[in-house]
Amino acid sequence: MSYLINNLDLVGELFLQHLQLTLMVLFFALIIGIPLGVVLARLKWLQGPVMGVLGIIYTIPSLSFFVLLIPVFGLGTTPAIVALTAYAQLLLVRNWLVGLTSINPAILEAARGMGMSGWQRFWQVEFPLALPMLLVGVRLVVLSSIGIGTIAAFINAGGLGVLLFEGVITANYNKIFSGAVAVTVLSLTANYGIRTFEQRAERLIHGSQGNH
Amino acid sequence: MEIFQEAYNYFLQNQSFFWEAAGDHLILSFSALGISLLVAFPIGLWIAKQKRISQVVINVFNAMRVVPSLAILFLALPYLGLGFVPSLIALTVLAFPPVLISTYTGIRGVNPSVIESASGMGMTKAQLLTQIEIPLAIPAIISGIRIASVEVISSATLASFIGGGGLGDFITRGFALYNVPVMLVGAIPVALLALLSEIFWSSILKRYPVQ
Repeated sequence: MSYLINNLDLVGELFLQHLQLTLMVLFFALIIGIPLGVVLARLKWLQGPVMGVLGIIYTIPSLSFFVLLIPVFGLGTTPAIVALTAYAQLLLVRNWLVGLTSINPAILEAARGMGMSGWQRFWQVEFPLALPMLLVGVRLVVLSSIGIGTIAAFINAGGLGVLLFEGVITANYNKIFSGAVAVTVLSLTANYGIRTFEQRAERLIHGSQGNH
Repeated sequence: MEIFQEAYNYFLQNQSFFWEAAGDHLILSFSALGISLLVAFPIGLWIAKQKRISQVVINVFNAMRVVPSLAILFLALPYLGLGFVPSLIALTVLAFPPVLISTYTGIRGVNPSVIESASGMGMTKAQLLTQIEIPLAIPAIISGIRIASVEVISSATLASFIGGGGLGDFITRGFALYNVPVMLVGAIPVALLALLSEIFWSSILKRYPVQ
C-alpha cells in the first residue's frame, strides 16, 4: 500500500492513461458498432457471417493479437486501440442487435402510421428502446478494454499494466500490488457506474410504457 | 509475408523447444481447466440449492470476473513465487467464475414444473439432480467451460512472465530480441489453439440433445 501512496503521481498518471485508452476504444467501437448493428438488424442474412467473423476475432488471445499487429502498426497505443476496438465489436454489436431486434413490431408500425420518417423512427423510437441493451454492450466493452488494456502495456501502450509488468520484471511486489489494486478499482467503479446508467435507462423506458 | 517465412524457419530450427513449450502450454491449460471443473462444478451445484447465500456468492464471483486476468496472474508472484505451480493456481482461479456461475445458472434455469412432475413421479432428490437437473443444465455448463477454456489458453500465454513456460516464452523471447518472427512462433499457435477449443466446445454443444 505504501508504494501506492508514495507514488500517487505516477499511479495517477498511468490511471489516466488507462482511462484514456479505454474511452478511445469505446469511442471507436461505438462509431463502428452502432451503424453495423443497425445494418445487421435490417439485413438478417448478414447476421450469421458477420457475427461469426466477430466471434473468431474475439477468440484470438490478446497477446497474440497484439503481436500479430506489430508488423502492421508497430508498438504503442495504435495497435492497442485497433485490437481492443476489434474485440469490442462482438460485445457491442451482439447486445445492440438484441436490443434492436426485440422491439415490438407493433410499436414500429405505429410510429410509421404516425407519419414518422426513417430517421425519426430510429432516433425517437428504436434508439431509446434499444438503449438499455446498448449500455450492456458498452459496459462489457469498457470492462474488457480495461482488462485487456493492462496487457497492452507489453506493447508500450502505457496504462496501469506498466506497473504490473515492471513489478514482475524487477520483482517489485509493491508495484505489482499497486497496479492490481488500481486496475481493479477502475474496473469495479466502471462496472458499477455504467450499471447505474443501465438501470436508469431501463426504468425510463418501462416507466413511459406503463403510463400509456 | 517474408515475416511469416522467417517465423516458419525459426520454428523449423527450434522444433524441440517449440514442442516442449506447446506441451507445457497444453498441460498448464488442461490442468487448470480440470482442477477448476472438479472444484467449481460441485460448489456451483451446492450454491444453486442454497437460496440464502447464493446471491452473495454469485455476486462475489461476478466481481472476481471483473478483475483483469493479468492482475490475477501477476499477483501469484508475490504470494506464490515463480514457476509452473503458481501459474497453474492463478489460471485455475481464473477459470473458476465462468464454470461456477454457469453451473449455478444452468441448475437454476431448469423449469420448476419439470422438477415438480419428476418428484411427483417419485424421484428422490439424488435422482432429480443426476437424471433431471444436471442433464438439463449441461448446455449452460458447457458454455461456461467454453468461456473458461479460451480464457485459460489465452492467459497461459501470460504465464510465461511468471516462469510458467508455455508458448508465451516465444513472445517474451522475441520481444527481448525485438524479433517479430520469433514472437509469431508463439502468437500464431496460441491463436489456433484458442480457435480449436472454441470449435470443439461449440460442436459438442450442437450435438447435445437438450437445447
